[in-house]
Amino acid sequence: MCLAVPMRVIEINGNKAVVESRGVETLVDITLYPDLDLDDMVLIHAGFVIEKLDPGAARDIEEAWSEYEKAIES
Amino acid sequence: MDKELKKKLAGRLRSYGLPGPLSVMEICGTHTTEFFRTGVKDLFPDRLRLVDGPGCPVCVTPNEYLDRAIEIGKSGAVIVSFGDMIKVPSSYSSLGAERAKGMKVEVVYSPMEALELAEKDPDSEVVFLSVGFETTAPGEAAVALRAKERNVKNFSLLPGNKLTPPAVKALLESGEVRIDGFIVPGHVSSVIGSEAWEFIAEDFGKPCVIAGFEDYDLITGTLALMDMLAAGESKLVNGYARAVRPGGNPRAMEVLYRVFRAADSEWRGLGPIPSSGLEMRDEFADFDASRKFRVTLPEPREHPGCRCGELLRGLILPVDCPLFGKACSPERPVGPCMVSTEGPCAAYYKYGR
Amino acid sequence: MNDMIEGLIRKILGPESIQLDDSAVLDPGPGKIAFTTDSFTVTPLFFPGGDIGKLAVNGTVNDLAVMGAIPLYLSCALILEEGLDMGELTKILESMRRAADYAGVKIVTGDTKVVGKGAADGIYINTAGIGIMENEALRGEIAPGDAVLINGSIGDHGVAVMAERNRLSFTRGLLSDCAPLNHLMERVASNCPGAVKFARDATRGGVASVLNEIVKNRHFSATLNEASFPVKDEVKGVCGLLGIEPLYVANEGKLVMVCDGGRAEEIVHAMRETEEGREACIIGSIGAEYPGKVVLETEIGGRRMLPLLAEEQLPRIC
Repeated sequence: MCLAVPMRVIEINGNKAVVESRGVETLVDITLYPDLDLDDMVLIHAGFVIEKLDPGAARDIEEAWSEYEKAIES
Repeated sequence: MDKELKKKLAGRLRSYGLPGPLSVMEICGTHTTEFFRTGVKDLFPDRLRLVDGPGCPVCVTPNEYLDRAIEIGKSGAVIVSFGDMIKVPSSYSSLGAERAKGMKVEVVYSPMEALELAEKDPDSEVVFLSVGFETTAPGEAAVALRAKERNVKNFSLLPGNKLTPPAVKALLESGEVRIDGFIVPGHVSSVIGSEAWEFIAEDFGKPCVIAGFEDYDLITGTLALMDMLAAGESKLVNGYARAVRPGGNPRAMEVLYRVFRAADSEWRGLGPIPSSGLEMRDEFADFDASRKFRVTLPEPREHPGCRCGELLRGLILPVDCPLFGKACSPERPVGPCMVSTEGPCAAYYKYGR
Repeated sequence: MNDMIEGLIRKILGPESIQLDDSAVLDPGPGKIAFTTDSFTVTPLFFPGGDIGKLAVNGTVNDLAVMGAIPLYLSCALILEEGLDMGELTKILESMRRAADYAGVKIVTGDTKVVGKGAADGIYINTAGIGIMENEALRGEIAPGDAVLINGSIGDHGVAVMAERNRLSFTRGLLSDCAPLNHLMERVASNCPGAVKFARDATRGGVASVLNEIVKNRHFSATLNEASFPVKDEVKGVCGLLGIEPLYVANEGKLVMVCDGGRAEEIVHAMRETEEGREACIIGSIGAEYPGKVVLETEIGGRRMLPLLAEEQLPRIC
């Protein structure tokens, strides 16, 4: 289950943060992941930050699939 | 992901040479829907069968839970819920039908809004329907903590949360259905961590992929699973490492277990499963609607002919149910799998051809 | 009290156009007329980019325009809940007047009833409209090979209202597309006579519902190309958060048009010359493959159905 969307932290205020994605801003609760900095990418589910995203891991995985594709092609 | 790469990988999936007929199970209801919505399911090679697992929290919630919510609502309390629950049939009614008759039913996007409603309206009892898996439960726990902190006496949760790994384990132990590999829920894994799924490969010898929800996540997740099946490997692959760490989000789990504790729980279709649900700890008894409201429940009733149970065990596909698309449709749902947006029947009805 | 309200309504909506007798007597000229009516309720009454008044005028203007009629006259019937703020009522009426002026229609008759507190949700508005048909109604023989067009981005209205209703603190760039479509339709009629086979405004149920109405029980299908239809980033963002699909979200200034494939570019060009059609484009085609169905081709080349959904879109978490 569970819709969750990646958004960027643009403001932190106590246990709340303003997050943004595609020009949409919304206020979320960061009780479940308080250790955040501005510009962090986070995963939002039902008004809560449930996890911080790791853009490096995303790049690594894409790189691996790019290699995979090249290996099959050749 | 780069568009060209994505399209090339989509082509790989379409032309994949399977060693034989294969059944893979996705456990997450959002995966059920997204496989259709993104068109990735349409790319599947012919002999690859995608079986839907018990991963839609609305679908696996037994009728008795909604019967109780409705009885509490009849006592005058405001029932607050995620939109997902509104049209789900209970034994004799639904929240939507009760709302039309005058029951106070509010739809929210976040459980925090339910607490705000309670604080704004101190003369009303406000009951939030706490459903959902490990992704949702920590937020619901955080709201209970805040309610206790602020001493909001007119607010309570009706706990109906479920834990996913015990259900998958029960399914595997039953041996009822042949599944060759698993695609496990990405956002549940963000909270509980990839390690929580190691038992699928280690104890049951089945390959398992943690996948995200974008089209490329579904394509690469399926490719990774088929590659393992073709090579006879059974490993756990974390394809969603950008959002899933081995140990998950420990802080979320800690908040979750400060309010809840694991308890035996009844799943539609799967029956009772040990330690597969959450109940509120005694310190939170005042915020536990199941203890706060003493209501008499009607005799729970399953809908005659409805095969949601078998579907949720992966035994049949929606199209195998004789009610599908005839007596049971999104407009007039008989079972929960047709009404929940991420229910397998709703997905087949909407997107299948 | 009622006299005061009547006076206010007449003063704002058109002292020069509203006829005070039992009915308005009109002279639309020779030829056929088009006649339609619609009732409007919306929560909240005011939303980014519009309000219930603007909606009530444009909704009826659009029902006339998509048939190929030139809208001329509207009626306005109000049902007011006791205790409605007079300042809000004034704002709604002023907005109706502005919308009517922009669309070039006159409000010629009306009625007002006040009901008890709790018997209505603030204000309900019914408008009926009359337009003249200078050409034949835009209902031609649709066939495989035809093109499906839209005049701009989809889902703007429904998402703006839903964001407001769900108290999501969205800020930038989220506006209802509430607008009259008669200027656009008139431009298309004069630049590309005889080219349009069908047009309908994509209100409740969104673009997907209009397409289903077009293909239902027919020997052809409609295929949309996901990559080609315009959705604003903000709309995508809110839809992602709330778990809803832009194709099923209501619009109040968008129409779906079907025309001969060979004339599609010409119509797009004409639409783009108008304010309401700046982002007009081709979004799909009529085909023979899955009769009676609407099919979406996704970005990665997979296909799925877009059925008619009767259900209301609720924010969901799973």
